[in-house]
Amino acid sequence: MRAIRLYLHYISIVIRSTMEYKASFLLTAMGQFLVSFNIFLGIYFLFARFSEVKGYSYSEVLLCFAIMLMEFSLAECFARGFDAFAGIVREGQFDRILVRPQSPILQILGSKFELSRIGRMLQAVVMFVYGIYHSNILWTWDKVLTVISMLFGGTLLFASIFLIYAALCFFTLDGLEFMNVLTDGAREYGKYPIDVYGSRIMKICTYIVPYTLVQYYPLQYLLGRTDNPIYALYPFGTIVFALISFCVWRFGISHYQSAGS
Amino acid sequence: MKKQSTIQREFSLRKYFSFFRLRFNMGIQYRTAAAAGMVTQFVWGFMECFVYKAFYDSNPAAFPMEFSSMMAYIWLQQAFLMFFATWMMDNEIFDLIINGNIAYELCRPVSIYNMWFAKNAANRLSKAVLRCFPILITALLLPEPFRMPLPKDIGTAILFVGTMALGLGVTVAFCILVYILSFFMVSSQGIRILLTSLVDFFCGSIVPIPFLPEPLRTVVELLPFAGMQNVPLRIYSSDLAGTEMTRAVGLQLFWFVLMVGLGKWLCRIAERRVVVQGG
Amino acid sequence: MITMEHVCKSYRVAKRNAGMKEACKALFHRQVESIHALSDVSFTIGDGEMVGYIGPNRAGKSSTIKILSGILTPDSGSCYVDGRIPWKNRIEHVRQIGVVFGQRSQLWWDVPVIDSFALLKDIYSISTPQYEHNLEELTDLLHLQELLKTPTRQLSLGQRMRCEIAASLLHQPNILFLDEPTIGLDAVSKLAVRDFILRLNQEHKTTVILTTHDMQDIEALTQRVILIGKGRVLLDGTLADMRKKVSLYKSDSNIREGNINDLSLDEIIACLYRQMHIA
Repeated sequence: MRAIRLYLHYISIVIRSTMEYKASFLLTAMGQFLVSFNIFLGIYFLFARFSEVKGYSYSEVLLCFAIMLMEFSLAECFARGFDAFAGIVREGQFDRILVRPQSPILQILGSKFELSRIGRMLQAVVMFVYGIYHSNILWTWDKVLTVISMLFGGTLLFASIFLIYAALCFFTLDGLEFMNVLTDGAREYGKYPIDVYGSRIMKICTYIVPYTLVQYYPLQYLLGRTDNPIYALYPFGTIVFALISFCVWRFGISHYQSAGS
Repeated sequence: MKKQSTIQREFSLRKYFSFFRLRFNMGIQYRTAAAAGMVTQFVWGFMECFVYKAFYDSNPAAFPMEFSSMMAYIWLQQAFLMFFATWMMDNEIFDLIINGNIAYELCRPVSIYNMWFAKNAANRLSKAVLRCFPILITALLLPEPFRMPLPKDIGTAILFVGTMALGLGVTVAFCILVYILSFFMVSSQGIRILLTSLVDFFCGSIVPIPFLPEPLRTVVELLPFAGMQNVPLRIYSSDLAGTEMTRAVGLQLFWFVLMVGLGKWLCRIAERRVVVQGG
Repeated sequence: MITMEHVCKSYRVAKRNAGMKEACKALFHRQVESIHALSDVSFTIGDGEMVGYIGPNRAGKSSTIKILSGILTPDSGSCYVDGRIPWKNRIEHVRQIGVVFGQRSQLWWDVPVIDSFALLKDIYSISTPQYEHNLEELTDLLHLQELLKTPTRQLSLGQRMRCEIAASLLHQPNILFLDEPTIGLDAVSKLAVRDFILRLNQEHKTTVILTTHDMQDIEALTQRVILIGKGRVLLDGTLADMRKKVSLYKSDSNIREGNINDLSLDEIIACLYRQMHIA
């Protein structure tokens, strides 16, 4: 309870700081919107020509993309502190975090709150509404819960990847750009249901980084391709991934404390 | 008299070449970043290949290019990403303009336009050189259907290299126009974001231009942005050939000359403004 | 009470050489160098003492501070602060200490100082009456009345440092680590900061450990000085002890007979560095 209050206190300060630079905030939000709008245009024109891919229709792909985009925006909004962790380590700010009697994760989550991701979120919501409107899904409560479970699992998954990235920053700050594959890459290519990319990518996205748990499997239930409601619970599997990434993070901190920077 | 002017020209070319070299050497220092970037580009390339394969399988008749041409397009795009990425601008230059330090640059005996051009081209070239070879070699050795084909004949290859250079020129000339724009505006950040995302779409980096529906495609092919990656990448696999190609290269040349001319002209006006206002 | 006994700490740093060839080699085999930041450091500091911890750059000052504040784990040796092992019960430990990093800010840049303080109240779980009492006292002693409503970015360096010090003391720690608190300050702010530290030590019996390059800080604040160089304690005593030590090395060409008492503290330190070959 106390932790939540402290977190909200952090967020209120971050938002007040952001609002000191309103113009910059609006422009960043606009940029976020435009970048994902371009990806949407790409999908639009491809479907204007092909009308379906691997049996998925335009509105189904839009739903898939919208949910993925929301998950990513939420994770970026809340866990941006980990995404920007290289700077925190480079400028020695992590020492300050360690001399405070609160958990480092809480302090880092509180240090950043990217409100500008609202631009991307807006794009996602528009597509989501369009997708709902045009797809043939009967919106019963179990389908609504499926979407909520996808949002939860996906946000947790992306936040965990950010956490692993942050943990790697304790070891090196060089060449960590490759982690973009797991974050930006997943956002970019998660627009299509993963089976579109073939069975090999399906395996990688299940056993190495479990994207399919928050995208392909629950989507099958959402789109009515299976009646097995277990698929709707798959996103909770990412909790295991989150625990693993937490261990990596702990290991990173203990390395930092023994090796210095 | 005539001899002196050639000496002068040679001398001034050397000056810009040294800007070029400095920037080039700076660029190739970031090797780990380049290696990491290469991993990213590989993954991107494969994912693109798989997507277009899926679309191709769903309706081969609707595919507007040969599938192998599409593969060539994707892999060249990844290998030369840094050549054509319009979002990769030189923040140093924007800072220079915003904080007024541009006045110091004016004190040097160089043309700002040429210097920016040399620096920009070098930056892009150095970043691409580090990444392109491993990607190209791998792409040439991939199993079918994802393998990148070789150009049809030596003539096509030469044309490809020539239009690549021209495409780089068009990209750099466009970026410099954006830099100069910020001379004339209080805050250019917004227009910059808008422009880069528009160009990103119109240059064919999101979807290749042939995939666009008909009236739109014709218009987009007339725009300067079609002369960036669209022309060389399609010439490579002979997707663009014959009169269509001649027209595209002509347009590319036209836009290059026009944008450089416009840039130089605006640059002179901007310089005069800086001098009058005292920076 | 703080005790450090036989503390050793070494870092492993990857060696890097320039050049393409070396960079390729480094991909396969990383050459690692060991740097001994601390070798066998021992000292004891009693409650309420004020100690100057000095030495040239990279002598091991900040490693010591980091170990004492629980950020770093030493390789060997023992360290107790009021009976706690800093890195073992870190969270419990840091509740009782205050740290000022002179070169890094802990205040939020864009919001009024008082908002940063209010957040610290929550971070350290300070009770409201206690917080108000401490804030009032610190505001009074450091003359913060006008500063509290100002965003940090609008403060001068001296004003900011006063706020930083207050921020580190809101939770009333018994031990305060000051890492170069007067760096870059103007004369007035320096005097104000020194005056405050002195009063803090006298009135609250706060133990103060001060690292600095400013010898006037040492002269004004501390009776006891610990001189560290190349990871070893070279001298632990009073300023008079330091003068005596210098007089032992009369061979130094920079010191002539009889003028030892005229040497400024800076000169004494410089002599010691030179004589002990630690500069």
